[in-house]
Amino acid sequence: MLDRALKGTTGYWSWLVFLLVLIGVGAGCYLYQFSEGLRITGLSRDVSWGLYIGQLTYFVGIAAGGVMVVLPYYLHDYKAFGRITILGEFLAIAAIIMCLLFVLVDLGNPVRLMNMILYPTPNSILFWDMIVLNVYLLLNIVIGWNVLAAERKGIKYQKWVKVLAYISIPWAFTIHTVTAFLYAGLPGRHFWLSAIMAARFLSSAFCAGPALLVLLCLIVKKVSKFDPGKEQLQTLGGIIAYAMIINVFFYLLELFTAFYSQIPGHMHAFEYLFHGLDGHGQLAPWMWTATGFAVVALILLIIPATRRKQDTLAVACVSVIIATWIDKGLGLIIGGFTPNCFETVTPYWPTTLEILITIGVLAVGFFVLTILYKVAVSIKEEASA
Amino acid sequence: MGVDRREFLKIAGYATLFGLGGTAAIDILAPGELEASATGIPLTRGKRWAMVIDMRKCLAQQDKKKCKDCMVACHREHNVPDWGEPQHAVKWIWQDKYEHVFPDHPNEFVDEGVEGRPFILMCNHCYNPPCVRVCPTQATFKREDGIVVMDMHRCIGCRFCMAACPYGSRSFNWGDPRKAPKSLNPDYPTNKAYPERSKGVVEKCNFCTELVDKGELPICVQACDKIKVNALHFGDLANPESNVRKLLRDHYSVRRKPALGTGPNVFYII
Repeated sequence: MLDRALKGTTGYWSWLVFLLVLIGVGAGCYLYQFSEGLRITGLSRDVSWGLYIGQLTYFVGIAAGGVMVVLPYYLHDYKAFGRITILGEFLAIAAIIMCLLFVLVDLGNPVRLMNMILYPTPNSILFWDMIVLNVYLLLNIVIGWNVLAAERKGIKYQKWVKVLAYISIPWAFTIHTVTAFLYAGLPGRHFWLSAIMAARFLSSAFCAGPALLVLLCLIVKKVSKFDPGKEQLQTLGGIIAYAMIINVFFYLLELFTAFYSQIPGHMHAFEYLFHGLDGHGQLAPWMWTATGFAVVALILLIIPATRRKQDTLAVACVSVIIATWIDKGLGLIIGGFTPNCFETVTPYWPTTLEILITIGVLAVGFFVLTILYKVAVSIKEEASA
Repeated sequence: MGVDRREFLKIAGYATLFGLGGTAAIDILAPGELEASATGIPLTRGKRWAMVIDMRKCLAQQDKKKCKDCMVACHREHNVPDWGEPQHAVKWIWQDKYEHVFPDHPNEFVDEGVEGRPFILMCNHCYNPPCVRVCPTQATFKREDGIVVMDMHRCIGCRFCMAACPYGSRSFNWGDPRKAPKSLNPDYPTNKAYPERSKGVVEKCNFCTELVDKGELPICVQACDKIKVNALHFGDLANPESNVRKLLRDHYSVRRKPALGTGPNVFYII
């Protein structure tokens, strides 16, 4: 089936070459980081995780979001999503690959990675995160590939594939719950020490993942003969609307607890993020940008007319992605470390090298995504021809 | 005791024969007595090592001179690289002002005696260490004697422990220690007794396990005793007669962020 990825238009090949260039630049920067250590990043002893771990968190959400097409199809027998479950599963594969790479580039000693398997440690949430992410990756590869192979042959997929699909549904919830537990169980990090963290992660995943999927569907429709379908996008729009409302609601719950209780430790991170603390306010413009896009997204998603119209739905999806990315990929991690253990502020901003490595990893993810989507779309085109 | 000389020698002899050493005989004949008689002398047999820092003595010394003897001694003993950059600093024992050390004791009208004064900081060797709980490779673990140690040869550098530690007691090797500026590390690595770490691993205060295992006091305590300030006291909390238990009985002491339930084993007498 992979041979479909070898036949494509000039546009397809130029896009792949463009991604390869980005991957090359990222890999070069990573080699430099590998030899010099993480001091080439903007990280410090006080803000010891940053852009890389933020992207890990965000893309676990994108991966989990794929379940929003799988669940209605397999559990509610919502037939319309049968056309696009493969796109959700392949998006999950690409997202998980990015997640694993983001962990890898963040490690100080990547050559010792296997110590996590040589010395399995069930009391560490990172150990469980490794398990759930890898199993979810495997599940999606096996399910996606077999369903697509069956479609190519014009037959129905085997029963055991459906069993795996049923397993993959709760599994999608676990990947983001466990990722939230990385943060939500640490004493002394007030911003993260919140029982609603996992629920917030899931709600933002279930709007951001489908939002990216809508945009990808629109691109697929434009560059191929395969139409993911109008009804499918409408339903996704509804899912995104609910998930985004819940996501914003959960964020407001955090704000209430912090600011009504007036406990300084609970307020500080929010003050830092939205206003600035001790004269450090470099994240405030970002957080207000996120707020702005969240409002735009909510308006466009709640009003039925704008949600149903494809152009405005696309704008809403872009807004959802920008808002959730700033919140999770940037604010969540930096805010968790600010103020630090001594109630002072150590500013963090990623360096150019760090950003180039991040773009490199994103390019790997989109390269995998392009190949997988090319295969899937080619087979769907053949099936309908 | 009801044991005559002849019987004692017999049991001691058997004990030695079985490779238990002389102390085993004392354990069999008079359990607990050796420990009691050795109060204050660090042995290799502590059950819950702790540090009591008498800040009154430390600050009195700070008034005389900007004393950094404990820090200098520690960082030399453990080959700690100096990058000259605060954001990448590797800290085993260091100073910060009172308000930063005890941010959960905010007081607008704080005692002049401590306001803005430098306090000594180190790993708290928590009874319930969150860093150990989160480490995915058991590179950091709690020994039976309560000391939280770090295996720098197993650490993968994920820095989960740094996020978990509420005390900022963990440092990361952001670069290769051998590439740290020569002017700040003129004879690195000189100390063959302590392993040289690679880049990308986490490290921290180890309560000088390498010395404690030999029956010696941690080097910071030795440095403080050497100048006769005696502000640092190292001892076994499990022993009710130990120096540290006596100090804590006789003085009011505080610990950093006790409400988090980590059970810090570093106490401050203010």
